[in-house]
Amino acid sequence: MRPKFELLDRTLLERIEVEAFQLLTTPGVRIAPCAYELLSEAGATVKDGVARIPEDLARKCLASAPREFHLYSRDGQPAVHYGGDDVHFDPGSSCLNILDSVTGEARPALASDLVRLVQVTEMLPEYAAQSTAVICNDVPQDAGDWYRLLLVLWHSAKPVVTGAFSAAGLKTMLSLLLIDAGSEEALRKAPRTVFDVCPSPPLNWSEFASQNLLDLARAGVPAEIISMPMAGATAPVTLAGSVVQHTAECISGIVIHQLENPGAPVVWGGAPSIFDMSTGMTPMGSIETAMLDVACSQVGKHFGLPTHGYLGSSDGKFFDAQAGMESGIAIALGALAGINMISGAGMLDFLACHSLEKLVFDAEAIASLKRLIQGIEPHGDSLATAMFALTGLSGNFLKLRETRALLRAEQHFPSAVIDRGGLGSGDNIAARLRQRTDELMAAYRHPAMGSDRQEALLAFARRQGEKMGLAGLPGIPHEEVAAHL
Amino acid sequence: MMDDAFSAMSRSIVDGAPDAAAVLAQNAVRDGIPPLDAINLGFVPGMHYVGEQFAMRTMLLPDMMASAEAMRAAMGVLERELTQSGASRPNEGVVVLGTVKGDIHEIGKALVGTILTAHGFRVHDLGVDVPADRFAAHARELQADIVGLSALLTTTMKQQRTVVETLQREGIRSQVKVMVGGAPVTRAWAEEIGADGFGKDAISALALARSLMNGKRSIAVGQP
Repeated sequence: MRPKFELLDRTLLERIEVEAFQLLTTPGVRIAPCAYELLSEAGATVKDGVARIPEDLARKCLASAPREFHLYSRDGQPAVHYGGDDVHFDPGSSCLNILDSVTGEARPALASDLVRLVQVTEMLPEYAAQSTAVICNDVPQDAGDWYRLLLVLWHSAKPVVTGAFSAAGLKTMLSLLLIDAGSEEALRKAPRTVFDVCPSPPLNWSEFASQNLLDLARAGVPAEIISMPMAGATAPVTLAGSVVQHTAECISGIVIHQLENPGAPVVWGGAPSIFDMSTGMTPMGSIETAMLDVACSQVGKHFGLPTHGYLGSSDGKFFDAQAGMESGIAIALGALAGINMISGAGMLDFLACHSLEKLVFDAEAIASLKRLIQGIEPHGDSLATAMFALTGLSGNFLKLRETRALLRAEQHFPSAVIDRGGLGSGDNIAARLRQRTDELMAAYRHPAMGSDRQEALLAFARRQGEKMGLAGLPGIPHEEVAAHL
Repeated sequence: MMDDAFSAMSRSIVDGAPDAAAVLAQNAVRDGIPPLDAINLGFVPGMHYVGEQFAMRTMLLPDMMASAEAMRAAMGVLERELTQSGASRPNEGVVVLGTVKGDIHEIGKALVGTILTAHGFRVHDLGVDVPADRFAAHARELQADIVGLSALLTTTMKQQRTVVETLQREGIRSQVKVMVGGAPVTRAWAEEIGADGFGKDAISALALARSLMNGKRSIAVGQP
C-alpha cells in the first residue's frame, strides 16, 4: 500500500468545489483585454474587466485539459510524469540572493551562482527537473528571464521548471526552446520545460499573466498555474477559504488557457501561504502553508489534473535547524500528498535566498521520503515465518540469503551527509555538506549537445544579449564560446 | 468621572471600535472636555498600549489596523473641534512618509503614520510606489523634519538608498532625518545607505522619530 496523506474529507471537498464555482460568477474574475473576446464568445459575461464564468463553461475547460503529460530530457526521454500520484522535485526558483558558500552570508546571486546550482542539481537524481533558480544580478533586467533559461539549457539535460518576466521575454524563451528542441514538432511533442504563470490574488489575471497563458497554450508548451492566495491578507484567513480562492484562480486560468487551445498541457499548481499577522511576512515554511499546498493539490486531483506545490523552502536565513525542520516536514507532506512537482528545495528567507548546501541537504530528505512513499511490502508469501524456519532462535539474520537479496529494496542508504557513524566519527554537518557539494561539482560533466545546436544557441543569445546591453555571455566558459562562435 | 471617560476612550482604541471611538469623541466635545485632553489622556494611551502589545506580538496586524481606524475616527471629530476653536496640537515634527517606488505595500507604512499622528507628528503620507524625487520635493516644500521610507521587498529596499542619494543631490539631506523600515530592512542596512535610523515596527518608529527630533533640536540649539 502506498501511504497517502489528505486533509479534505468528501464533504469539505464538495463545499470547496461549490463555492469556487460560485466565486467564478460572483464576484467573477478580473481578466485582461487580450482575453475578453475569447471568454465572451465562449459564454462568459465580461464587463468592466471582470469575467463571470458559468459553471458549465468552466467544467468544459476542466474536461479538455489533459489528465497527464511528460516533460522530456534533452535526449528525448520522458523524465517527469505529470499525472497520477507521481512525485518529482525541483529546486525553488527566481530568488534574488545566494547564501555564499565561502562567507556564509547572503549576497545578490550572479550567473556563476546559477551555473553552480544547475551543475549540482544535474548530479542529484533526487531532482527530476532543474529550475531557473536565481535571478542573475550581473545580467540586465530585460534579459533576466531568457538568459537564466539559456544557462540551464546549456549546463543541463534535465527538464526545466521556468517562467517569463514579460510577454517579450516569453517570446525569446520560446525561441531558445525551439533551438534546443530542433523543430516546432519536437517542441510540441517532447516538451522539456513547464512555464509558471501567476494570477494576482485575489482572482486577477493581469495582462502579462493572461497573455502568457494564451501564448503558452498556442505554442503547446506546458503551463503551470501558480495561484498564491495569502491567507488572511489577499485571501480569506481560513485555510478552507483560501483553498476555495486557489480553486477559483486555477479554474479561471485553465478556462483562458483551454479556450485558446483545448488539450494543451496545463498544471494545477500554486504557492499558497499564510500571512504572518505579527510580522507581515509570508512564511513558506509554516505548517499551515504546507497544509494549504496539500489541500490545494487534493482539489486538483479531484478534477483529475496534474499538480504542483511549493514546499521544501525555509524562512530561516541560514542553513540551520529551523531550515532542516521546516523543509523536512514540508517535503514529507508533499510527497505523501502525491504532488507531481514540488518546487522549493534549496531556498531560504521567504524564497529570497538560495543555498547550494541546503539544496544538497534537501536531496537527502527527498531520498528518504521517496523511500517512505514506497510503503511497506510483504516481499513474498511469508513475512517472517520462512526466515525464522531458517534461523530458529539463533537471531542470525545477517547470514540469510534473503537478507542480502532484499536489503536494498527495504533500506534507503543516505549519502555521507547524514551522520550514522559512532560518536566522534565524523565532521559536523557544515563540513559534510561542503565535502558532498565539492564532490558533486567535481563529478559534473557538461551534457552532450549537438555542435550545430550549441552554435545556434550561443549565436541567438549573443544577438539578443547585444540588443539588451549584455556584455559577453556570463556563465558560459570563454573556451566554449570561442569554440562555437 | 473624567477618568471613566478617558478609560472608555482608550478602551475603544484597544477594542478597535471606530463607531464607539467617534461617539466618545463627540461626547467629550458635548461634555466640555478639552479636545487636547481627550486626545492625550484618552485616545493616545489606548493607541500606545496597542503599539506596545503589537511589539510583544500579543496583538496582531488586524488588531492594530482596527485600532488605527478607531483612532482616525476619534481624531476626525477632535481635530475638527480644535480647528474651530482656533487651537492646535503641539507639533512634534513634520514627517513625509511613503512606501518606495516599485513597492505597493501599504499596511506597515500606514500603521507608522497612525502612531506618529496620534503622538502629535504632522504626517504627510505620500502613499505607495513613491519615486525618490517625490519624496525630495515634498520634503523641501513642507520643510519636513523627517522622511520615512517603507519597503517590504528585498528588491525594492534598494530604493531607500536612491531616496537618500536624491535628498543629497537636491541639497536637503542635512535638513531632514531619514528613517527606514520594512520587513527586510535592518540596522546594518540603514547604516549602509546612510539613513539616520531604522525602526522594526510602528512603536519603535515612534521612539526613533522622537529621538531624531531631539537630535535635531539639540543641533538647532547648538547652532550659533
